[in-house]
Amino acid sequence: MTSRRGARSEPASELELFPAAEPAPRIVEEPLPSYVGSATYPGETAEAAIAVSTLTETARDILEGAFIPIWVRGEITDFKAHRNGHWYFCLRDSAAQIRCVVWNRDQRRIPAPPDDGMLVAAFGRLTVYPARGEMQFTVVRIEAEGDGLRRKALEITRARLAADGLLAPERKRALPRFARTIAVVTSPDGAALHDIVAVVRRRRAQVRLVVVPAAVQGDSAPDELCYALDQINRWRGADLVIVSRGGGSREDMWAFNNERVARAVAACYAPTISAVGHEVDLSICDLVADYRAPTPSAAAEAATLSKTELEAELRRAAHRLRAALAAKFSADRDHLRHVARDLVSAAVRQTSVRRASLERVSGRLHALSPLATMARGYSVARGPDGRALTSVAQFTEDMPFDLVLRDGSLPAKAWPRSDPAS
Amino acid sequence: MATKRSGVLTFEQRLARLEQIASELDAENVDLAKALSLFEEGIDHLRSAAAELATAEATVQRLVERADGTFGVTDAD
Repeated sequence: MTSRRGARSEPASELELFPAAEPAPRIVEEPLPSYVGSATYPGETAEAAIAVSTLTETARDILEGAFIPIWVRGEITDFKAHRNGHWYFCLRDSAAQIRCVVWNRDQRRIPAPPDDGMLVAAFGRLTVYPARGEMQFTVVRIEAEGDGLRRKALEITRARLAADGLLAPERKRALPRFARTIAVVTSPDGAALHDIVAVVRRRRAQVRLVVVPAAVQGDSAPDELCYALDQINRWRGADLVIVSRGGGSREDMWAFNNERVARAVAACYAPTISAVGHEVDLSICDLVADYRAPTPSAAAEAATLSKTELEAELRRAAHRLRAALAAKFSADRDHLRHVARDLVSAAVRQTSVRRASLERVSGRLHALSPLATMARGYSVARGPDGRALTSVAQFTEDMPFDLVLRDGSLPAKAWPRSDPAS
Repeated sequence: MATKRSGVLTFEQRLARLEQIASELDAENVDLAKALSLFEEGIDHLRSAAAELATAEATVQRLVERADGTFGVTDAD
C-alpha cells in the first residue's frame, strides 16, 4: 500500500489537473496454498494434485469464457425426451460428436422436438458437465434443414386439431352478411390494422371496428392472442372476429401456428376470419377459422359490404317490394275477373235450372190443384184455422166458416142441424 | 313484427323485414287493405335504411376490460 500511495502522490500538480478516474490495480499477494513440497502451482506435483471437481470446474470456466453462444451444424442422434422434461441428444458429423441438452424452459422457442437423423443447426453455449466430466452443448434454438422442425410441429398440431374435429369443413360457419361490430385481434400499431381500417374507410362500410390488442409476434404472442380471444368471448359484443397480422418471416408468424391459439380461435362464439401474412402463408389459424383471407385487406373486404353494395341491396329490396305489390294487384284483378265471370255463369245456370224445376213443379201443382175441381162447380168449406171441413162432425152450431168457390170465398155460418132422419 | 316501425332496427333487420313483407305480399290470402299497409311499412323501412346509409361512417375503437371484468370501448382514432 505504501508503494501505491507513493506512486500516486509523486506528480502533485498533475494529480489536481487529471485526477485518476480509477484506482490503480491492486496487487494482491495471495499466500501460497499449503502445498507440500516445492510445487509452485496446483497440480504441479503429486503432492499438489487438485480435486477432480476443481479440474472440471476450471475447465468449465475456461470453456464458457472462451466461447460465445454459437450455431453448430450436425446430425441429431440418440434423442431422448427425458421424463424430467429436458431433451438430451448428440450432435455429430462424420468425425466427431458432442453431447447436447435442451432445458425444459428453453424448449418453447423450438417448434418441435427433433428426430434422430435430422440435419440441424443448433444454437447454444459450450460448457462442461462436471458430473460426467464431459463437454456439453447447452442448446436454446434448433433450426432443421428444410425447415423440418416447423413442418413437423405443424403436422403434429394439425393432427391433434383434426383428431378433435376442429378442421372439419362442416364446422365452418357462414360469415354474417351485414356485420355491424367487428372485433379485430391484432397489434394496434401493425400494418394489418392499418390495412383493414383503410379498406373499411375506402368502402365506406357501415361498421364499427373494435381493436383487441395483442402481440402478433415474439414469445408473448400466443398468450396475448389467446387472452384477446378470451376477452372477446366474455365481451360478446362483436358479430364477427378478425384475427390478423401483416406479412413477415415464417418465424414472426409462428404464433399463429400455436395449438392454443388455434383452439382459442375455434372456441370463438362469433364467426372468425383469419388473415395472417400474405397469400402464400398458410397458418394453423387459417385452417381453424371459419374463413381464411389471404391478406388483412382481403379480410376487411370479406367482412364488410361497401356502401355501393348496400345501396344495391336497398334498390333490390325496393324493386322486390314494388313487384310484389304490383303482382298482388294484378293477381287480385285477375281473380276478380274470374270470379265475376264464374258468378255470372253460375247465376245463369242456376236461373235456368230453377226455371225448369219451377215449371215441373207448377205442372204437378196444377194437376193436383183443387181449383181445377172447383172450376167444375164444387166448393170447399174452411174453418177459421184454414183447414178444410169435410165432415158434419166438424161443425158446431153457429160456427162461422168460409165457403171457397171457383171464383172466391164467402163468409158462412152453420145453422142448427135438422133431423138426419128426415 | 308488422307494427314494428321504430328507428331502432339495423340495416340488416330492415332488409330482412322488407324481404318478409315482399313474401307476405306474394301470399295468396292477403287482402288488399293488408297488402297496402304492408307496402307502406316497406316504404318506411326503405326510407329509413337509405337515410341511415347516407349518414353512416365507419368507426374504429378499442376494447377495454375494466377491473371489475366488464367491458367498454374507447375511440382508437
